[in-house]
Amino acid sequence: MTAETIHIEFQVEGGNFSRAGYPSSEVKKRLKQLNVDGSVIKRTVVALYEAEVNIVAHAYRGLISVDIDEHKILIRLTDEGPGIPDIKKAMEIGYSTATPEVREMGFGAGMGLSNMNSNADRLEITSKVGQGTTVEIVNFFHK
Amino acid sequence: MESDNTIFFHHALKFRDDICIGCSHCMNICPTEAIRVAHGKAQLHANRCVDCGECYRVCPVGAIIVEQDDFENIYKFKTRVALIPAVFTGQFPDSVSPGEILQAVLELGFTHVFEVEEGVEFLNDRFNEYFRSHNPVRPLISPFCPAIVRLIQVKFPTLTGNIILLKAPVDITALHARQALADQGADPSETGIFYVTPCAAKIVAVKSPVGEDKSVIDGVINMNYLYNKVFKILRLKKKKEENSDSTSLTGKSVCWSLTHGEADHMDQGRSLAIDEINNVIEFLEKVENDEIDGIDFLELRACDESCAGGILCPGNRFMTVDKLRKRAFRHDKIRHGQSGEPGSGETHAIGLLPEQIRLEKVQPRSIMKLDDNVAEAMIKLKRIYELNRVLPQVDCGICGSPTCKSLSEDVVQNQADIRQCIFVQKILEQNEKLDIQESVRIMQTIWSENKLDKNSLKDEINDIN
Repeated sequence: MTAETIHIEFQVEGGNFSRAGYPSSEVKKRLKQLNVDGSVIKRTVVALYEAEVNIVAHAYRGLISVDIDEHKILIRLTDEGPGIPDIKKAMEIGYSTATPEVREMGFGAGMGLSNMNSNADRLEITSKVGQGTTVEIVNFFHK
Repeated sequence: MESDNTIFFHHALKFRDDICIGCSHCMNICPTEAIRVAHGKAQLHANRCVDCGECYRVCPVGAIIVEQDDFENIYKFKTRVALIPAVFTGQFPDSVSPGEILQAVLELGFTHVFEVEEGVEFLNDRFNEYFRSHNPVRPLISPFCPAIVRLIQVKFPTLTGNIILLKAPVDITALHARQALADQGADPSETGIFYVTPCAAKIVAVKSPVGEDKSVIDGVINMNYLYNKVFKILRLKKKKEENSDSTSLTGKSVCWSLTHGEADHMDQGRSLAIDEINNVIEFLEKVENDEIDGIDFLELRACDESCAGGILCPGNRFMTVDKLRKRAFRHDKIRHGQSGEPGSGETHAIGLLPEQIRLEKVQPRSIMKLDDNVAEAMIKLKRIYELNRVLPQVDCGICGSPTCKSLSEDVVQNQADIRQCIFVQKILEQNEKLDIQESVRIMQTIWSENKLDKNSLKDEINDIN
């Protein structure tokens, strides 16, 4: 018997904050069905939500692809957007390039990437300025 | 889903097969998908039910009943205490004062009456201390509504750690009453404390509490039952001279069980009050995703208009709220007017120790998990995906499960047959994979022979045609 895996995809529309959170809810539902530990679920949805909001806030559009096997969840978020010129700086707590409009809506406080980092077992960010950013989050079900 | 290691959960809501007509209204309204229809009767999945009582509201024939203790049980005790929640006083006409209502309760056979909310001022102070000593955990969630505590256990297991581990006002007042009466010389073993409940969830909180081994309350009396008895006494009485409110509750305490009762009195941070169970579910979904920022306290109640909307309250919930708010206003006016300083003429001083009012950790008990083993659960989840590609997603309930999704879950847990879906049946019949007799038999196992008896219904149906 080959090990089962589950694959889900979500389209993300830049600028549409009202829809943000749907992928997190869907992924959360699956992880609960799989009896994944509550603390892992929490970390995963927080990291995913932050990453999704980053696409909504900064990019034109994006794709979230989720792969779950019995040991881990891998989330890959690819966007078409401005990219991040200095990833290291972007990871600093409080650093933000969000527009005043975005901040007005309660987003863009500069906690996003650092929050993602602390809620992911593995976080990889690659970016090309003027093209887009790819974020990869991996969380393991058992430590 | 119920699996092999099902633990029995006590419920106050009972389904009477002899009355149930198998209409499925309860199945469709249940917020935790705890009801199925089989053999023409509603079936309760005990480990999914949170005793919110939504099913009780919609049952058209009264087949769902709320268990209660025999009223005569009070006579097993020499000292008989009635714990009356403020919403009870809001059930009666304006012309009846709370003092008269409590007096009538005494005349029914109790030796003492305490209002449940006498413990509120004490508890409010403990809440505020709790805030300071549990700093990073936010939002803290009130443990007030037992249906909400159970909802979090089964549907939002990651949030069980946010529940404030302090007892509800009813338990605090019960402890206080027991202590106060013992101080007056009453034998604790001969003191019986009976709580008059507005809902089913509070009954379960007494009969099988979460976070404590045994409740301090000896019995429960349903509010509608007591209402009838009290109403009879009041009717027989001639109008007496003006009776005052004759209670020492603060206005805050009177309104504690109403929506915003708790949230408006947390001394720090930002508090929200949300009532009605589907509103609560929608909000907790977002809290769990960390989408909600900067909320320190959540007052969550399963009923619309909180306890005024309890399923055992005979009065109209909006009228009850209005009456209690007016009562609260009167109390505060009297208290301030008489002494000139707020807070004096205090409710009975309550001297309970921290360990007496603390709850044990609330354990999650997820109903979402498909299997304890991740790999097994993965196989089942895959199968659910496949099944849902076949199912029509119209959530008609004809299969005896509330939604297509829940049927697919029941199928992978071997609790249902995919051929219970009427769409699947039609397709199989077209493809000559299912004959009509077999599909009728399947329908009969869900809805009973009566609803599909071709002989007894033949003429009538043919006439309609």
